[in-house]
Amino acid sequence: MPRLSAACRHRVSLTLNGKAVSGWAEPRMLLSDFLRHALGATGTHVGCENGICGACTIKLDGRAARSCLMLAVQAEGRRIDTVESLGAADQLSTLQAAFRRHHALQCGFCTPGILMSLDDYLRRHPDPTEEEIRALLSGHLCRCTGYTGIVQAALEAAAALREEKPGA
Amino acid sequence: MPEEGPYVGRPIERLEDAALLTGRGRYADDLPVRPDTLHAAILRSPHPHADILAIDTSAALKLPGVAAVITREEVTKLSSRFVVGVKQALDCWALAVDRVRYVGEPIAVVLAEDRYVAEDALERIAVEYRPLAAVVDPRAAASAESPRLFPAVGSNVVSERTFVYGEPDGQFAAAERTVALTVDYPRNSCTPIEGYVVVADYNPADGVYDVLANFQGPFSLHPVMARALNVPGNRLRLRTPPDSGGSFGVKQGVFPYVVLMAVASRVAGRPVKWVEDRLEHLVGSVSATNRVIRIEAAVAADGVVKAMRWDQMEDCGAYLRAPEPATLYRMHGNLTGAYAIRHLAVKNRVVVTNKLPTGLNRGFGGPQVYFALERLMQRIAVELRLDPLEVIRRNLVPHHAFPHRAPAGALLDSGDYQTAVARAVEEGGLDALRKKREALRAEGRCYGIGFAAIVEPSVSNMGYITTVMTPGERRKAGPKNGAHATATVAIDPLGGVTVHAASTPQGQGHRTVLSQVVADVFGLKPEEIRVNLELDTQKDAWSIASGNYSSRFAPAVAGTAYLAAQRLRERLARIAAQQLNVRPEDIEFADGKIFARGNPDNAASFSRIAGTSHWAPGTLPSGMAPALRDTVFWTPPQLEAPSEADEINSSAAYGFIFDFCGVEIDRDTGTIRIDKYVTMHDAGRILNPRLVDGQIRGGFAQGVGAALYEKLAYGDDGAFLSGTFADYLVPTACEVPDPVILHMETPSPFTPLGAKGVGEGNNMSTPVCLANAVADALGVAEIALPLTKSRVAALIQGEERAPAPRARGLQR
Repeated sequence: MPRLSAACRHRVSLTLNGKAVSGWAEPRMLLSDFLRHALGATGTHVGCENGICGACTIKLDGRAARSCLMLAVQAEGRRIDTVESLGAADQLSTLQAAFRRHHALQCGFCTPGILMSLDDYLRRHPDPTEEEIRALLSGHLCRCTGYTGIVQAALEAAAALREEKPGA
Repeated sequence: MPEEGPYVGRPIERLEDAALLTGRGRYADDLPVRPDTLHAAILRSPHPHADILAIDTSAALKLPGVAAVITREEVTKLSSRFVVGVKQALDCWALAVDRVRYVGEPIAVVLAEDRYVAEDALERIAVEYRPLAAVVDPRAAASAESPRLFPAVGSNVVSERTFVYGEPDGQFAAAERTVALTVDYPRNSCTPIEGYVVVADYNPADGVYDVLANFQGPFSLHPVMARALNVPGNRLRLRTPPDSGGSFGVKQGVFPYVVLMAVASRVAGRPVKWVEDRLEHLVGSVSATNRVIRIEAAVAADGVVKAMRWDQMEDCGAYLRAPEPATLYRMHGNLTGAYAIRHLAVKNRVVVTNKLPTGLNRGFGGPQVYFALERLMQRIAVELRLDPLEVIRRNLVPHHAFPHRAPAGALLDSGDYQTAVARAVEEGGLDALRKKREALRAEGRCYGIGFAAIVEPSVSNMGYITTVMTPGERRKAGPKNGAHATATVAIDPLGGVTVHAASTPQGQGHRTVLSQVVADVFGLKPEEIRVNLELDTQKDAWSIASGNYSSRFAPAVAGTAYLAAQRLRERLARIAAQQLNVRPEDIEFADGKIFARGNPDNAASFSRIAGTSHWAPGTLPSGMAPALRDTVFWTPPQLEAPSEADEINSSAAYGFIFDFCGVEIDRDTGTIRIDKYVTMHDAGRILNPRLVDGQIRGGFAQGVGAALYEKLAYGDDGAFLSGTFADYLVPTACEVPDPVILHMETPSPFTPLGAKGVGEGNNMSTPVCLANAVADALGVAEIALPLTKSRVAALIQGEERAPAPRARGLQR
């Protein structure tokens, strides 16, 4: 691991949503701040900076991670996916469309983190129970919805994804 | 989903969601700022109560990247004290001046090239304090021996009023029974996941403060901010972002920071941006009030309540920030709840303590009031050996009585409470739940059933807060009343329809509902209507009641958009009548066409008729105004100022909620499991069932949090103990069950669409319904929230005893 000087900024290069990008960061800069303010990927939100609320969840090399608990420089050379990597507004992904159908979001501030957690989880656990979904969601705080719609959307998306990729 | 007929009433999907699901929301912190923008960090008091002797900022200013440090010097020079709602010298500035009065109170603002440097500089500010004794309990604060927060005021009780409606004393003297209860409602907050954001930019050329903030209203605070900044209202341009990450009332409390950052920008000569972090939010944004209530009922042997006495001590924290003490008076007109009680006595005191100042929080006064009232109804049943549901039923306002004038002045607009209760009992399966309770109890398990019946007020009367003044003081100050909502509908040259309303949504889906309402009026599709709800006080229509609070969107704002669209429709019908050679009253709008009734072939496209006023105003029927744009302001005439007898119709519409639930308690761990929760709502006409259920579920989850987990905790010495989400416990998906939601629709006669508010009810009903179930399970009278495991265990097993000395730790 390179030794970085705290006194200066360093170029951080990574793959963001499939594209090579880079920006400048002090060693102490949080990955969440780097994504939002250096790279302009404002879809990732910051809700507590303690790793509790889950709003800042991204995927790091395919696995869900809290971007507020990482430094930007730790992302050097890694693959980062954010909510912007999911479906486009006119072509929502299966999970996103299920969220809309089940009114799984209101203010939408916690939503990107929940989507990224579920996107990772459903790939690894294609046939979850409601209890498992709720356990996963316990890593995210939502103050608007009471979670019902989120649970329903996750279960419906899991079923639809199983049909899209049978045997996956 | 019905495919035909109006869009209003259909559970259509939200127009907001595509952007929010793809990371393309535009929240306040996402918007671009000027390249020379400075970033603010705030130094906050570590002391609950202390005199500030000296502030030395020199070392902070020497740090490279720091542009300025703002302290009391600049704030007192460039701004004024905030206006306070009671006639007391409760000096309140945008930051601490001579004294700090709560942990977290702002003392200085550092402006630097980025937030990291600004926070570095905070550590270099030296503040010399002289600590003072602090008081956190309102009862202690009200005592003569308590340390005083404001020496000039002489007491921590900053407002006291008594009210008598009917003849409560005579009723109590003659009563067969009296039942009394004292409750201590704790402090909590609905904690939106997005914190406050302010971007302020002072332009010295025209003396205008231009501020973007995720403020949610009420815009009665705009004059408060403008006066604090010593400028006329038209020199404070306040703008709101397209999206906001939740509020639940809480973002009302950003207003002192608007003033603080406006001053900072003026001092620095550059734009200033401040983004609140989570610790700042919990320690320093805004809290609901904690309240001590003694409530007493004069009761007949059959459980009918003849009269009530309320003694409320409201703890507003360290300062009385506008609109406080509104939390105490928001429910004043309907203090008798859903019940036909005719005699009422009220004593209200407002107390200041060394805690975070209070403000809007979803439910706003309702959780406190109904916790006392519905606990009392349960106690009446227990003490009179009656069925608690029967006690509720015997006291409900009867169906034939609407509109019903409650003794303190609320005009309950419409409802059928008995039918709502009967339907909930039947459809919610109360009999089965009762059988389950008996069966489980027979097994030795601990199970209880709770009830709550409440009215949910919506569309606050801007005059209710003046009930805190005496009639004489009100005469001097001039009457205050009403609740203006405003909406604008505009047509562009291609016939596109755009709607604007001063509703500053925070995630509720206002754009979707307004598109439904306006689409129906013009015979268009919701997705064809463009709705923009950003608010700019310099360009958009607004008034003091504007904003997103008191559940006013559906009853007031959506109805006002309907009225504005109707006005344009009438003009379009006249234009179309001329072109189609029929009478205006025979014109219909459907499927993007405007046509003659009974002869759909005699038609023109909506866009052609709608464009006429732009392209060919000379062809309009003579004397008519063009159909281009219309703004309507609407306020319900029922919202009058308080009467000489202190009667106040504090809200325009009153929904009804009846909840019941079953809980099981683990006697060993004190864990409460919510087995079943049924919530029946009559919120008048439902505009979008999907969004209504979303509001109910959200309020329910927050009610569960308030009942079981959440408390903004302070030590006896005033230390703040809940500065992270690991300390302030918010329920997760594992703690919130799915409630059974039932609906009735009794339209309001007083709102344009018959709708009533629905967003706050479960914040009011759920905490006490769960508390009543726990009281039933444990057979205890005194229940305090939150019902944490340790508290429940104490109710079951008595207070935990200190371990014997020998057992403590390992012997060395």
